[in-house]
Amino acid sequence: MTNGWIDIKNTDMMLIMGGNPAENHPCGFKWAVEAKRNRNAKTIVVDPRFTRTASQADLFLQIRAGTDIAFLGGLINYALANDRVAKEYLVNYTNAAFLIKEGFKLPEDGLFSGFDDGTKTYDKATWNYQQGGNETGKVLAASSSPTQGAPQGHEPQGSVPAAEHGSTEGHKGEGQGYQAQGPAGAKAMGGGPIPPPSLPPNIAYDLSLQHPQCVYQLLKQQYSRYTPDMVERITGIPKDQLLKAYDLYTSIRKDGDTKKVGTIIYAVGWTQHSFGTQIIRTAAMIQLLMGNVGRAGGGVNALRGHSNIQGATDMAGIFDILPGYLKMPNPADKDLKTFLERITPKPAKPNDWESFNYWSNTPKFMVSFLKAMYGNNATKENDFGFAWLPRLDRNYSWVNIWNDMYNGKVKGFYAFGMNGVMIGPDTQKNIDALKKADFLVVCEIYPDETSSFWMAPGISADEMKKINTTVYRLPGAGFAEKDGTFVNSARWLQWKNIAVPPPGECRLDQDILAQIFLKIRELYQKEGGKFPDPILKASWTYTLPAHPSLAEVAKEINGKALADFTDEKTGTQFKAGQQLPGFAMLKDDGTTMCGNWLYCGSWTEAGAMLQRRGTDDPSGLGIYPNWAWSWPANRRVLYNRASCDLTGKPYDPSRKQVWWNETAQKWVGNDVPDFKPDSKPDEHMGPFIMNPEGVGRIFVPLGAMADGPFPEYYEPIESPIANLLHPDQSNNPVVKKYKTPLDKYGTAKEGYNLVCTTYRLTEQYHYWTKNNPMNVQLVPVPFVEIPAELAQEMGIKGGDKVKVTSARSDYIAKAMVTKRIKPMMVDGKKTYQIGMPIHWGFLGISEDAGRTAKTPANLLTPTVIDPNAYTPEFKGFLVKLEKV
Amino acid sequence: MGDRGTLRIQQISAHPGPIAGEGTQRQDKVCKLIDVTTCIGCKACEVACVEWNDMPFQTTHFDNTYQTMPDTDWNYWNLIKFNEDEHDNGSFAWLMRKHQCMHCADPGCLRACPADGAIVQYSNGIVDFQQQNCIGCQFCVSGCPFNIPKYNSETKKVYKCTLCSDRVGAGLEPACIKSCPTGCLHFGTKDDMKFLAENRAKQLRDVSGFKNAGVYDPDTIGGTSVIYVLHDITKPEKYGNLPASPRIPLAFTIWKSVFKPLGLIGAMLGFVGVVMHYVFEGPLRTQPTPPVKVIDPPPPPPGREN
Repeated sequence: MTNGWIDIKNTDMMLIMGGNPAENHPCGFKWAVEAKRNRNAKTIVVDPRFTRTASQADLFLQIRAGTDIAFLGGLINYALANDRVAKEYLVNYTNAAFLIKEGFKLPEDGLFSGFDDGTKTYDKATWNYQQGGNETGKVLAASSSPTQGAPQGHEPQGSVPAAEHGSTEGHKGEGQGYQAQGPAGAKAMGGGPIPPPSLPPNIAYDLSLQHPQCVYQLLKQQYSRYTPDMVERITGIPKDQLLKAYDLYTSIRKDGDTKKVGTIIYAVGWTQHSFGTQIIRTAAMIQLLMGNVGRAGGGVNALRGHSNIQGATDMAGIFDILPGYLKMPNPADKDLKTFLERITPKPAKPNDWESFNYWSNTPKFMVSFLKAMYGNNATKENDFGFAWLPRLDRNYSWVNIWNDMYNGKVKGFYAFGMNGVMIGPDTQKNIDALKKADFLVVCEIYPDETSSFWMAPGISADEMKKINTTVYRLPGAGFAEKDGTFVNSARWLQWKNIAVPPPGECRLDQDILAQIFLKIRELYQKEGGKFPDPILKASWTYTLPAHPSLAEVAKEINGKALADFTDEKTGTQFKAGQQLPGFAMLKDDGTTMCGNWLYCGSWTEAGAMLQRRGTDDPSGLGIYPNWAWSWPANRRVLYNRASCDLTGKPYDPSRKQVWWNETAQKWVGNDVPDFKPDSKPDEHMGPFIMNPEGVGRIFVPLGAMADGPFPEYYEPIESPIANLLHPDQSNNPVVKKYKTPLDKYGTAKEGYNLVCTTYRLTEQYHYWTKNNPMNVQLVPVPFVEIPAELAQEMGIKGGDKVKVTSARSDYIAKAMVTKRIKPMMVDGKKTYQIGMPIHWGFLGISEDAGRTAKTPANLLTPTVIDPNAYTPEFKGFLVKLEKV
Repeated sequence: MGDRGTLRIQQISAHPGPIAGEGTQRQDKVCKLIDVTTCIGCKACEVACVEWNDMPFQTTHFDNTYQTMPDTDWNYWNLIKFNEDEHDNGSFAWLMRKHQCMHCADPGCLRACPADGAIVQYSNGIVDFQQQNCIGCQFCVSGCPFNIPKYNSETKKVYKCTLCSDRVGAGLEPACIKSCPTGCLHFGTKDDMKFLAENRAKQLRDVSGFKNAGVYDPDTIGGTSVIYVLHDITKPEKYGNLPASPRIPLAFTIWKSVFKPLGLIGAMLGFVGVVMHYVFEGPLRTQPTPPVKVIDPPPPPPGREN
């Protein structure tokens, strides 16, 4: 979340889409209810079903699963056409005024400029800004027909080679934000010798927003195709309802109002598509257009689906990043210097603007991280052990790991804290993949489907004998049986204590991992090996090496001084061994160590900030500065400089977050300013300090996105109709299908005539609670939600057993016939959607009692992933339905 | 089942004579406010109720709804009723109402109960069953206009929500209130809850477009210690059979106010008859003991199959 849970109470308008927070985040949904009750905030819910969240909405629209970009593109079109945008914000805090290269082409035919049909990738050289500084007004003065090529006063961009501005900068411009889901360029890594193009150092801009190549005009052109009629045909939402929703959401900027704030709230209903990242981009663009980012009650707010998924992401539970969203080295990064040059962005902005470019501190974060990894073994002379970090030679995302295992390339698998067979798409493929592995280690609190894959339904006794995978089940400790932190969606690190000790022979995860590590290290010491250094040189300085205390680990992640030094800016003196108060103190000379720069400040000399329980909230904005600790720097709302106008005064004086204090000549506030503290407003420094431009990106230049600098609507891989915008390019052009015999994709022609989606229930938690009688009592058996009209057509009654079939497999459950899903008209054709919760498998209370068909929902879902975040397309695939 | 040290009794079922300590201490009426318009049906209150009261789990069955079971049960006192509400004008609502004992000011269960002390009403308004005094006659079941008391054929007792009299007696809020994540449940004095409820209903009418929003606190039973804010007060039935004008069945009113005094007179006449019999016939003469006859307990009701 750019903001936080509590901050939702400050909003005036909620667009909840791609998420069902009342269902999946009931405690957080409290704040949406508060906004309704205390501020008369309005709620718009857009979902394939009338959900628990929809029951709280002022306006509910039923959308065809997967058509979100069409809906949101239509919203952009509406906001621009009706001038319901935050003009000052847009011009100064986003790249709306920046000029884009002449060769850049919008995807009227479904393809942006630079597409290579052979490799299914884009050459992104034209997805870049023009060099040139202030061009304001020149285009109008020079030409009355601005569409005719490059007007005077422009650099002749078309002829400038892509790498003109110093290939030595080597900046790929990818994944600059905190929340970056991973470098899109991963596929391009692997030692490509061609230096990627970089951003120009003095970006051309037109404050009048009139230049035909400025981002604003391109944006207008891009979404002019997303007319209400077109959006109605694609999404199935009647035009009058669409317009109602567009009018309601943009009403916060009616008549130039800048006080009101709207928030966009989403979850995996947006991420789990073959264009998921682009849906979220569309939301970010809307929020930038309307000036909602950085403001209390605004932002783009991802609701994380597990208690610590934010922490897992921050700590690099993803293959292509290091902790704190530092980039992974690739094989071409010969030494630390070349690596740091590649990943540290140079400021790229109009000369007369300022940019903090906070990622310029990357070397300090990286070297401090290497010191945390390798301790005393990391020295200046040996590049701080850079050579011992793994190199990213290909895409190791979740689906690819399983695909590789299926193809016999991955031989062993450790599964901690997740049920691998169940959580990925195409359960059968996952089961068959494990059959081919040599070994599997599962640490769980229940015998789960992963560690029992060899006894999945349908495997005969003979077949079972042929499975040679050695399975190790390790009894783990549940969340209440260990201490440590949870990092919530609001980026708070919150410490929890042990409620009960682990029962019987169960062990703490960190003990198991530590003991495996120590054993492996012992083997390397004894026997040597191909490359023992990464293991032998790793720092392992815990008091009890086989039982590391999580408090010690948390302190290590925060970081400490390794030598006595004085901070130049503040004059603070540090003694070796002292915990550091924040990432501003990190150094690139090896005198500091820090496991994750974003968490620096969470456990300081003053104590464990993440254990704080202060309930004071002086501003009344729900900031609670002394409750736990929020990254970065205990800041509760990111980019909060953007909550003020150009002069540094809050847009809404009743929701004062930060402001410029003229007397003190610095930024102060109720929240921690997310800005260079002493940058005067007239320096025109951009509030989006993590981007080298300093401004929010309505247009994403270069390689940050694999599939386009603007989101374009593509159909899901399995969809009932061809893309109405460009039938010849129906799907996301850079998305690849998988090729194993189990990877089948269905079409409407083959009879897969229903749109299907999957989801979770309040009453159950993933695949755990099917083992808990209380939860099973609440919802005992799996079901399929079927529109009443469809049920009537097919003669299905509530409680009948039905079979749902996709190109992959079958799913059998009871029919829940409901009026909460209506038939919809998609391109004039009556279309039905159905959906099912995912919580049941082949082990559990109801399963063991023979009350279910033991068919996991993911038997149905296709193996296909988003090209940016590599998330599978669990939402919006095709099925057929029959009564059994 | 509450702490009688702090909970003052106001009424006792079938109790002859005065109530000890009645009226000696003024107590505020307590009240649970359920804002149905902000309930998301998460069932946290259901879980909290089962856990706090240490209820045994039971097997539930798929019934084409998100609702946990068709009705409350002897071991399930708190149930959210889910209702899909569709109108001809195309408007659609998914209504979720937390269903439990309403703790009526004039409790039909207590009026119907013939067992001394099996049902008490505290002066704070809580109506509580005392199972040790329950004779299992189930008159309370038919006396309740909300179909709340539920009979357990094994223990032969009747059970229902206590409004967590054990917690309230100790100065805590009921478990359901404690667990509610959206704050749609509130607990406090009846006056405060009425004030909150009326304000919310006004907001719904003035701002949210629910012209018929209102507070459910039916005066046909003297008001209740559990009140609802409804989007549409004119049609409480659509929220899972919430009666518009709940009434105690006439039979129990007649029974209490007519037949019971008549019965008392009859009993007195009987006593007079016994005395006369002794006077005219003399003392009891010994008789042979009849053999003890063992009666099998009735078989448990068949469980519904999935």
